[in-house]
Amino acid sequence: MLPDVHSALSRRALLLGGLACAGSATFLRGTSALAATTLLNVSYDPTRELYRGINAAFSENWKDSSGSSVTVRTSNGGSGAQARSVLEGAPADVVSLGLARDIDMLAQKGLVAADWQKRLPHNSTPFTSTIVFLVRKGNPKAIHDWTDLVRGDVQVVTPNPKTSGGARWNYLAAWGWALHQKGGTDASARAYLQALFQHVPVLDAGARGATNSFVQRGLGDVLIAWENEALLAAHELGPDRFDIIVPSLSVLAEPPVALVDHNARTHGTTTVAQNYLEFLYTPRAQDIAATHYFRPTDSTVARVHAALFPKVKTFDIASLGGWAAVQKRHFAAGGIFDQIYTQHG
Amino acid sequence: MAEAILSVRPRTSDPLPGFRLALFSTLLWVGLIVALPLTALVVRPWQEGLGAMTMALHDGRMFAALRVSFVTAFIAALINVPVGLLLTWTLVRVRLPGRRIVDALIDLPFAIPTAVTGITLATLYGPQGWLGKPLAHLGINIAYSTAGIVVALMFVGLPFIVRSVEPVLRGLPPEQEEAAGLLGASSWQTVWRVVLPSLLPATVSGFGLAFARGIGEYGSVIFIAGNQPFRTEIAPLLVVVRLQEFDYAGATSIAFLLLVASMLCLAGVAMLRRRVARGLISGVN
Amino acid sequence: MSAFTRWSLVIATWLIVAVVLILPPLLVLSEALRDGLPTALQSLADPDAISAIRLTVEMTVLSVVINTVFGVLAAWLISKYRFPFRGVLVALIEIPISVSPVVAGLVWLLLFGSQGWWGAALDHYNIHIAFAPAGILLATLFVTFPYVTRTILPLMEQQGRDAEDAATLLGASFWQILWRVTLPDARWALLSGILLTTARAMGEFGAVSVVSGHIPGMTETMPLHIETLYNGYQSVAAFSMAALLAIMAMTTVGFRAFFENRARRATLAGDAGS
Repeated sequence: MLPDVHSALSRRALLLGGLACAGSATFLRGTSALAATTLLNVSYDPTRELYRGINAAFSENWKDSSGSSVTVRTSNGGSGAQARSVLEGAPADVVSLGLARDIDMLAQKGLVAADWQKRLPHNSTPFTSTIVFLVRKGNPKAIHDWTDLVRGDVQVVTPNPKTSGGARWNYLAAWGWALHQKGGTDASARAYLQALFQHVPVLDAGARGATNSFVQRGLGDVLIAWENEALLAAHELGPDRFDIIVPSLSVLAEPPVALVDHNARTHGTTTVAQNYLEFLYTPRAQDIAATHYFRPTDSTVARVHAALFPKVKTFDIASLGGWAAVQKRHFAAGGIFDQIYTQHG
Repeated sequence: MAEAILSVRPRTSDPLPGFRLALFSTLLWVGLIVALPLTALVVRPWQEGLGAMTMALHDGRMFAALRVSFVTAFIAALINVPVGLLLTWTLVRVRLPGRRIVDALIDLPFAIPTAVTGITLATLYGPQGWLGKPLAHLGINIAYSTAGIVVALMFVGLPFIVRSVEPVLRGLPPEQEEAAGLLGASSWQTVWRVVLPSLLPATVSGFGLAFARGIGEYGSVIFIAGNQPFRTEIAPLLVVVRLQEFDYAGATSIAFLLLVASMLCLAGVAMLRRRVARGLISGVN
Repeated sequence: MSAFTRWSLVIATWLIVAVVLILPPLLVLSEALRDGLPTALQSLADPDAISAIRLTVEMTVLSVVINTVFGVLAAWLISKYRFPFRGVLVALIEIPISVSPVVAGLVWLLLFGSQGWWGAALDHYNIHIAFAPAGILLATLFVTFPYVTRTILPLMEQQGRDAEDAATLLGASFWQILWRVTLPDARWALLSGILLTTARAMGEFGAVSVVSGHIPGMTETMPLHIETLYNGYQSVAAFSMAALLAIMAMTTVGFRAFFENRARRATLAGDAGS
């Protein structure tokens, strides 16, 4: 039964007090949770397995060197979508995104220092990757290079360049390859990409979504993917279900990392966050990266794991004019991608 | 609104205490949690300027997504009508072994969270799934196609039909059917001529509820739909895609249309229900 | 009805029930237990999983408490008084039921996101609502908003206000009337509304997904964590979490059915007595 009323007033006060406490507890929770040393690394899509390994190693390392404990959390999603969630207020201490342009966007809003790319070695890129093709076992559609992707009934899976970093690298790898063909011009490259996107049945928001479409849902004949994602799928999701095809020319993909100065300052985590980023360049982290199929920048570690990675001929983003120019021309609203994809529909 | 109500105050001398307190707390609650955010949704598309709105309205992908949502929700609700009527009929009128179990299971789609429904149906109907694999041998692909969306929407919509029709059927006296039988009507004629017309308003209402729910459904669909633009991309998913692209104007336009559509749909169902009720069963009650 | 018709109906019904309603929960259990019960339980003891469970419980308790208190007051207002715009108020309370979950999340971003009306201003004071637990709470509040009011309103309208008027004449205060006169009669309906709110709050996916930011260990509720695990190829962990969440929600709904039966019997008994 319902309890007796002793004093209506005190009941009301109690009720309102309780609500106020509960409410403020929720609002403060975000900040207080960060007061204990917790780092948040907002990352792009295919690094789930990678950072699970690295975060554990870093916590151990930090405990040994400083005596205090730290928990590193990672959230994953399409690179562009993740950068936007940091803009929206996701409390990232560090970001590790698919391409420099997404971190530049954070720098423009003052969340990251403008010179972020010079603060760590190799343009703030601890490991690199490239773009390759993943096909069904035995390569039934005989796909060997970019030309084969626009042939007849071939279906290509690649994520949405508006939200995914990997998708932009995929797009640019195709663009660069088309430019490097005999007599290649902007017009011929554009025609190639337009043809390519007519073979794309699904645009997932991130690289992992695209891999799922290809691997789990059985969509498409070829997945254009990060090399690390393709190797992961080929080795661990179904050793006898997929083959990796290396195209004649691809792009050197550089997924960079940066400290989110504004947030780290607020959380009081600048030192440990900086240490975390530097840790990525140590042989231990580089070794973990290689086991997750990211190409180490440390040449000693790279040599140890050389057998994992196929030889790929690559060009870099600078040869296309750098990210600022590329983003504006291709991926901004009304840019080349929009024109191509609208016509596709 | 508050001033208007207080200034009119019909029962200024209402002796029952608590009017002011209840009024203010309700206005605060409704205002903060419902009216304020919905105002933002209604105002925002116009704030972006006419350019953004026209651009959004010229977006073929948006209309394709809205069409996918509407068509699949309609088909799913339509298939659910005979299935739901059959289940309700056996529940109420047939000595069904395990009736209590079936009765409890009907509410299952209400109870299971949508994300759980999503991954479960995707696995069940996937190429390697318990149902997907045998169906694939027959050349039928459910998962990652339009059929997958319909299957998911049928699952979440089924209880709406059954729970709408059930109380009405319970209220219909079985004597009426017996009388029709005595007058020489076959059991099918009885069902067709006597029972179904009386159940029509409740069925329409259940259909409308399932349809409205289907238009907006997200969690149970995205795992099993192929999410291909122009083909299997539902409108709520496109809202999320636009948000991830940081395209607030685009997301808001779709959300606005979605809101208007479901409101119209519910209003239409309410009207249709009233009309059917007046026109067809005035004699029964 | 001929025996043939009856049996075809029975068989058809059980076939539909088996395929549509029994296979899915069986699949959840079978996928969760694929590597044995210990593995399934272990996956639930993962720190991110525990944090997701905790966040879900917190959000559910808060939304249920807030929506129950205000929902009861709203039902009182609507059922006991006549005033202008009463219909508008009822319609407003009903709206969230028909709104797509995704839209229910989006509206909060329009207010508190970085491009929203007040997002930048609040950010200045270091208050984060979007992509933080506060946003998840608001989205859950919106989605579960109408259930308590909707469940008790018909009953309270049926009650009329004779008892309340009598209590007023005897000098009872508002809270005394609410606690001692109105609510005792509506208690089973209230309980049913609270349980419905609970089930919906813990299972909400779309609305929460839009405002959450999906940070494991911080802003992931159980449904969001299920998605993350599923996309990360951790099928056993995803289905273990799904099984736990489904059991929690189904128990809640089961209790509700039990209490509703009781309430129905209580009403019947009451009618017979009077």
